[in-house]
Amino acid sequence: MSVKEYRTAAEARGGLLIMRATPGVAFGDRVQIEDHSGTRRNGQVIRSSDEEVLVLVFEGTDDLDLEDTWVRFLDEPVEIALSPELLGRVFNGLGAPRDDRPPILSNIRRAVAGSAINPAARTYPREFIQTGVSTIDGLNSLVRGQKLPIFSGSGLPHNRLAAQIVRQAKLKDEDSSFSIVFAAMGVSYADAKFFQDEFASSGVLRNVVMFINLADDPPVERLTLPRTALTAAEYLAYDLDRHVLVVMTDMTYYAEALREVATAKGDVPARKGYPGYLYSDLAEIYERCGRIHERHGSITMMPVVSMPSDDITHPIPDLTGYITEGQIVLSRELHNQGVYPPVHISPSLSRLMKDGIGKDDTREDHPRVAAQLYALYARALETRNLASIIGADELSERDRRYLKFADAFDERFVGQGEAEDRSIEATLNLAWELMSMFPRDTLTRMSETDLAKHYQGSD
Amino acid sequence: MSEHSRIGVIRDINGPIVTIDLPGIRNGEQVKIGELGLFGEVIALSGQQAIVQTYESTDGVRPGEPAIGLGWPLSVELGPGLLGGIFDGVQRPLEKIALQSGDYIRRGLDVPALDRARTWEFEPNAELELGAQVGPGTVLGTVPETQTITHRVLVPPGVSGELQEIAPAGDYELEATIARVRGAAGQSHRLKLYHRWPVRKPRPYAKRDDGISPLITGQRVIDTFFPQLKGGKGAVPGPFGAGKTVVQQQIARWSNADIVIYVGCGERGNELVDVLETFPQLDDPYTGRKLMERTLLVANTSNMPVVAREASVYVGMTMAEYYRDMGYDVVMLADSTSRWAEALREVSGRLGQMPVEEGYPAYLASRLAAVYERAGRVQTHGAGSGSVTLIGAVSPPGGDFSEPVTSHTKDIIETFWALSKELADARHYPSIDWVTSFSAHVHTAAQWWAAEVDRGWERRRGEALALLARDAELSRIVNLVGPEALSSAQRWELEGAALIKEAVLQQSALDEVDTFCSPQKQFALLDLALGIYDMGAALVGMGVPVQELQGLPLLAKTRRCKSMYSSEQLEKIAELRADVEQEFENIRLEYARQGEHAQ
Repeated sequence: MSVKEYRTAAEARGGLLIMRATPGVAFGDRVQIEDHSGTRRNGQVIRSSDEEVLVLVFEGTDDLDLEDTWVRFLDEPVEIALSPELLGRVFNGLGAPRDDRPPILSNIRRAVAGSAINPAARTYPREFIQTGVSTIDGLNSLVRGQKLPIFSGSGLPHNRLAAQIVRQAKLKDEDSSFSIVFAAMGVSYADAKFFQDEFASSGVLRNVVMFINLADDPPVERLTLPRTALTAAEYLAYDLDRHVLVVMTDMTYYAEALREVATAKGDVPARKGYPGYLYSDLAEIYERCGRIHERHGSITMMPVVSMPSDDITHPIPDLTGYITEGQIVLSRELHNQGVYPPVHISPSLSRLMKDGIGKDDTREDHPRVAAQLYALYARALETRNLASIIGADELSERDRRYLKFADAFDERFVGQGEAEDRSIEATLNLAWELMSMFPRDTLTRMSETDLAKHYQGSD
Repeated sequence: MSEHSRIGVIRDINGPIVTIDLPGIRNGEQVKIGELGLFGEVIALSGQQAIVQTYESTDGVRPGEPAIGLGWPLSVELGPGLLGGIFDGVQRPLEKIALQSGDYIRRGLDVPALDRARTWEFEPNAELELGAQVGPGTVLGTVPETQTITHRVLVPPGVSGELQEIAPAGDYELEATIARVRGAAGQSHRLKLYHRWPVRKPRPYAKRDDGISPLITGQRVIDTFFPQLKGGKGAVPGPFGAGKTVVQQQIARWSNADIVIYVGCGERGNELVDVLETFPQLDDPYTGRKLMERTLLVANTSNMPVVAREASVYVGMTMAEYYRDMGYDVVMLADSTSRWAEALREVSGRLGQMPVEEGYPAYLASRLAAVYERAGRVQTHGAGSGSVTLIGAVSPPGGDFSEPVTSHTKDIIETFWALSKELADARHYPSIDWVTSFSAHVHTAAQWWAAEVDRGWERRRGEALALLARDAELSRIVNLVGPEALSSAQRWELEGAALIKEAVLQQSALDEVDTFCSPQKQFALLDLALGIYDMGAALVGMGVPVQELQGLPLLAKTRRCKSMYSSEQLEKIAELRADVEQEFENIRLEYARQGEHAQ
């Protein structure tokens, strides 16, 4: 089959172009569209029959007319060119340069759709990454090959936290840094600029590939952007043996673009108007991260998901949480109290933590410290609620201790400087300092050996 | 390609849903789509056209390409060599696929589930004589499939007649003929070590039986509080992060079933790898052999094609029934049935079917019920009694248990282990909520516990739950007006409930000692915690201040007891109990003396 070209389209609406009587077009193939002014747009076949072909136009269908539009079916999948030259560059969602430099020339071209990693070829991620952030390293540890999203809300400092992690992330006792793939979907110019400046000022720019679609760029392009970015990440990880950290912001705008197109296509909506395949679609993106047998490189992923109205049960954070290996949840309450980073530890979780910490990886007592801190903090929050009803004066001495602990924990353990890079030892020592506010017998999750070694309390 | 195969033409491609022109094709028939040869299944017919759901991505497929009807429905291969294997949602062996296509799964691969080149040591059934009448379930012979599991080679369903030939003891490949049977109509059946069975059709059995013995999982909150029977059906619903996967994996590791089938349905790749990497290292607590020798995995990660996800539950269930038919107790874990239901929704959405609740099709409830009903304890056709226990994880959106999949599941199952976000947030694991969970099997399980462990089990269990219920009530009061409003007795109740929670209910899957707890140890811990509560209540009644009891070091020791002593060290728990009794007795005596003194 070869390239086919048609002059007329039958319908254009909501980012979709409908072609009639264009038989034999392959599902998923790339399409080039030239409008009346001669400007080229890109598209993809999302349904194909002999009678009707649906083309998703990444740049949108605004300003198209039906008579004077050339449509070329290119007989190839949507793909990008890959070479080591990617690093240090800025592209759009289709892999076209956004930085006034020439396109990447390479004979390595790969379809952005990707395919599923064979579970039998995967390796379980177990190498601890030190981010220098206590709430993550101590309580929700990140490991190489994990996907750990930041659940946030509008106005919360998720970008600053993501940037801090990018700056500080390293393997314990190893100096090799990460290559970074930065995927921005529907973010504001200011947010994109913030990251660019961050990368520039921390001197990692030459190690970063950026794929950017701003809030005023065509939304349909957001659908292919994370796939393009991950194809580049896979190339860096598995062809060039690099450890790649993928930062994707903001997955909510991605999902909204998906809903927009689904609605235009007439798909049956499931929850809140999102199509029934939102879960599978998100999984196709998130599951491209991981570790593979006998490959040196790895892909670690940190997507940012802003929760509409801070609602963690909204379909986007909800489905994301079912796919990712945990989540770091930011809290507006802590933020308003001036705590940075405002990580709310109770709903935060890292599922892959258990095998990346402990004696050989971080420190012997780490798993129990995490469990104990969680238990103490949960109890302390209950006490705080109680105090807000009956007043702190009415509390028993035991309860007042919990209250004091909660405040110290928020201020000293959760709170830290934006430039403060705490080692895991520092984090654990700080934890012991706080736990030692309690009598020895309260720390039931700790072993006798831990207590003998680290307990600093008076009894 | 069989002699039945017919060739048609592709008309329309809409994601995984492909419309083909192929008159005469049957509903449910397998189809090979396009030049890539993607596998699919007919799900609807309309005039000349058939609608096919494909198990692989349809990128690059065009209208006009051929579609071949294969003449049979989606089927699995059943024979020796399944155990220890890792299959995808349509029973393709993932390890062999990795050898053929590398780290990523290439499309259109056609790899049989069972290894054709491997030979098996067949031992014919000595009691069978030539000329005997045989039927479905007749044991033709045995094959040592693994060190622990003897594979019984049975006459497959649908075959009966006179045994004309049976192979002598020896090594045979799967395709070798091991028996010939002449049917009543004179037709001859050639039987091999394996046969095929359509996954959507339940395998037949002689009759259904009631469950009689509990499935021991080594998890206290399950075995002691919400027991499951062998052959029962249960659900583990919970929001993300509540620990569903760990609960399922603990059951897979520690339950006293003969065979465990773990279906990872639309789950995380990294978590499946955890299972793939750790299970081969683990020892079976009952036989001391490797756990993988009795385990079989079906892995369909969330990014694998959605239609194969829908099929994976049936594929797993059919293999479970196959081992049940040999007389084994099988546990099948499906993680998660919500992903399976969403796959149904996705396909029905693509077909433009009218959605009812939250986009789910109207047939959701009946399909769910039909899957769960395949679980049960049965009289098999030839090998005695066997069972399939089905435990499905449910992932309700937003943790809302009133959503369609959870609520329909709740109507069908008998054991409900509800995971709670609040408990998980406080790192109380397993986060099975004792208020909303239930088990319909307590009475049956009690007979087993009375016979095997202690006659007091049912009473003690009831007392513990009652104490926990009072704790929930009192906690509400404390939250409203503060702890000062409570009487000493009530405060001791809170302490007793806390002891039950920490010393009995909480159990760490990561703790080497506590990860498995024998029924005897379970009862010893429960009895110890309740004993402390009872003795303390008596002292508090005498006027001993609650604070004095709360500060006792033996209470802290009781909380740690579960991970200090293994299931083999019951005498240590008895010693601790004696110490506690002594200590309480001392307090009582001292208090009585003080009382006399004051007089």
